Amino acid sequence: MADFEFPVDRTAILNFAAALGETNPIYWDEEHAKATPLGGVIAPPTFAVASALWNPEAGLRGIRQIPARQVPPGEADAGRAGSRSGGGGSARLLHGEQRFEYHQPLRAGMRLRVSSRPGRSWEKEGKRGGKLRFRETITELRDEEGVLVVTATSVGIVTEKAVEG
Amino acid sequence: MSAGSPKLRARELAVGTSREQVVVETLSRTQIVMYAGASGDFNPIHHDEPFATGGAGYPSVFAHGMLTMGLTGRLLTDWLGDGVLRSFGVRFVRQVWPGDTLTARGTVTAVEADGRVAIELVTTNQRGEPVVAGEAVAQLPA
Repeated sequence: MADFEFPVDRTAILNFAAALGETNPIYWDEEHAKATPLGGVIAPPTFAVASALWNPEAGLRGIRQIPARQVPPGEADAGRAGSRSGGGGSARLLHGEQRFEYHQPLRAGMRLRVSSRPGRSWEKEGKRGGKLRFRETITELRDEEGVLVVTATSVGIVTEKAVEG
Repeated sequence: MSAGSPKLRARELAVGTSREQVVVETLSRTQIVMYAGASGDFNPIHHDEPFATGGAGYPSVFAHGMLTMGLTGRLLTDWLGDGVLRSFGVRFVRQVWPGDTLTARGTVTAVEADGRVAIELVTTNQRGEPVVAGEAVAQLPA
């Protein structure tokens, strides 16, 4: 997992905040934000995940061309889509847990450096999804001076069959 | 670390203090698509109905777990303020479907003398079923 740059611009924060139905002007109103102790526009607490838009290695992501859907609807093979890295889908890869540690506010205008590494991995027999494989990924976002801004830990679960809530 | 822009002091909170907030009403597919675009997560399971219901075997598309976490985060920032969180973690318990209405609830589990506050979180759907559960730590003025 190679490092990449994540320039944080106000439009990206605005889009992210809008998708969350946010009403808090700290995420887009510069005048309001400047009058707070934070002194400027910041990002919502989960915004670090939007670094995916700048990750050249992530499948199904921004700067990598979105592939045409490889699995036509109804085709029996569709259920295995998750095993194709960067392919048309990942029906069997679930997001199990997510954790953020905040070291300093994530501000508009920052040019972050993103680096990810694998964490722990383990297996478990699931009740509804067959055998479950857990994989942890630890992602660090650092500012231009190399100081940590956010540490994000994600746990992915690969299931053998579809799990319904 | 910045002190952020807190909305209250730790002494205004006690173990057991809780707050509840509806964070989305009747979740639309449009909002799920907005989240896909804003987060860069274009897994078709979240926006492509034939893909989700076809071979993938789900009853419909469903929301990104991270959308539910982001909505849950609104409870924290609306309650405690901006830039005050030190950590925020959740486990994704159950899928969130179009049409769901989600209520996030936070309960204070610890208040330290230095203003550090621990919060237990659970977000439930309109049937009262938990969809995410987690915890957060915030640094507030004492």
